[in-house]
Amino acid sequence: MQAAFAIIAALTLVSAIAAMSLRNLVHCALCLAVAFAGLAAMYLQLDAQFVGFAQVLVYIGAVAILVVFAILLTRSGQPVPHSVVSRSWIAGVAIAVLVFCVLTRVILSSSVSQRSLPAKPSPTVREIGNQLMTWYVLPLQVIGLLLTAATIGAVIIAMNERKSAGGDHRVTADQGHGHGHLAAPTGLNEGNATSIASETGSESPAHYPQPEREREVLAK
Amino acid sequence: MPLHYYLIFSALLFAVGLAGALTRRNAILVLVGIELMLNAANLNFIAFWRYSPDPNAIQGILFVIFSIAIAAAEAAVGLALIISIYRHYKTTNLEKMDSLKG
Repeated sequence: MQAAFAIIAALTLVSAIAAMSLRNLVHCALCLAVAFAGLAAMYLQLDAQFVGFAQVLVYIGAVAILVVFAILLTRSGQPVPHSVVSRSWIAGVAIAVLVFCVLTRVILSSSVSQRSLPAKPSPTVREIGNQLMTWYVLPLQVIGLLLTAATIGAVIIAMNERKSAGGDHRVTADQGHGHGHLAAPTGLNEGNATSIASETGSESPAHYPQPEREREVLAK
Repeated sequence: MPLHYYLIFSALLFAVGLAGALTRRNAILVLVGIELMLNAANLNFIAFWRYSPDPNAIQGILFVIFSIAIAAAEAAVGLALIISIYRHYKTTNLEKMDSLKG
């Protein structure tokens, strides 16, 4: 038990630190996936099987892949010439260390933390489903609404400049300015929009006209 | 194994995520740091649930499930915002994003 905890904790911490400190962002994303896997193993060790597998599905399967997509779409995969940390990194690290010290002090001085392990619980998936469908049905619906809103919002945010990038191009073509670099993001936007739209199923292009009109008004 | 092992591990993970979110220049890695902090909080939930006097009450598990769903929504919207900002500024360096308009 102790050895398993030590191994999992060391693996998770090392990969989390690597995910936060490596220069190459793709390596960071892979280390992040390892850290999430370590956390899933920690959940399994704590007898929370359902949460462990939800962690594997949601974090390793979706969030880490989403991070990889974002890294590749923003072309930040290649190493940058300048420093990867901000100028005020000493203050940031100091704040983090301070927070850790305060948390550790509070944890060690608390009487709750000395509690020993009670008997092994037996929460079955059937029980969780029962609770979700009876007592927690309202939060479940709210979460469903939130996820729908977030998905539609993400799609709209990520693609609302697709037409307006074309619009900008048209405007610049009319005015005779050469903004050659605007042509590059158009293909990028298309790839991104299709990748997100394929996740969410059919997305009608009905959202375009409004932002485009706003964009043109702003451009004037 | 006492509870405070898990709590201290979770605090360490939180501190690593906080340090990353405060110091990295790349907006994607700041979001990754926030995800790590959320995961540390989830681990706390699970540890407290497991060590509670009545582990057959499953509120802890349900709380973590809802929290994971919200974190996933947050990651999707955050990365969409970063892609949108990248399209505008042609960079994901947070120190270059210094104006609200234009």
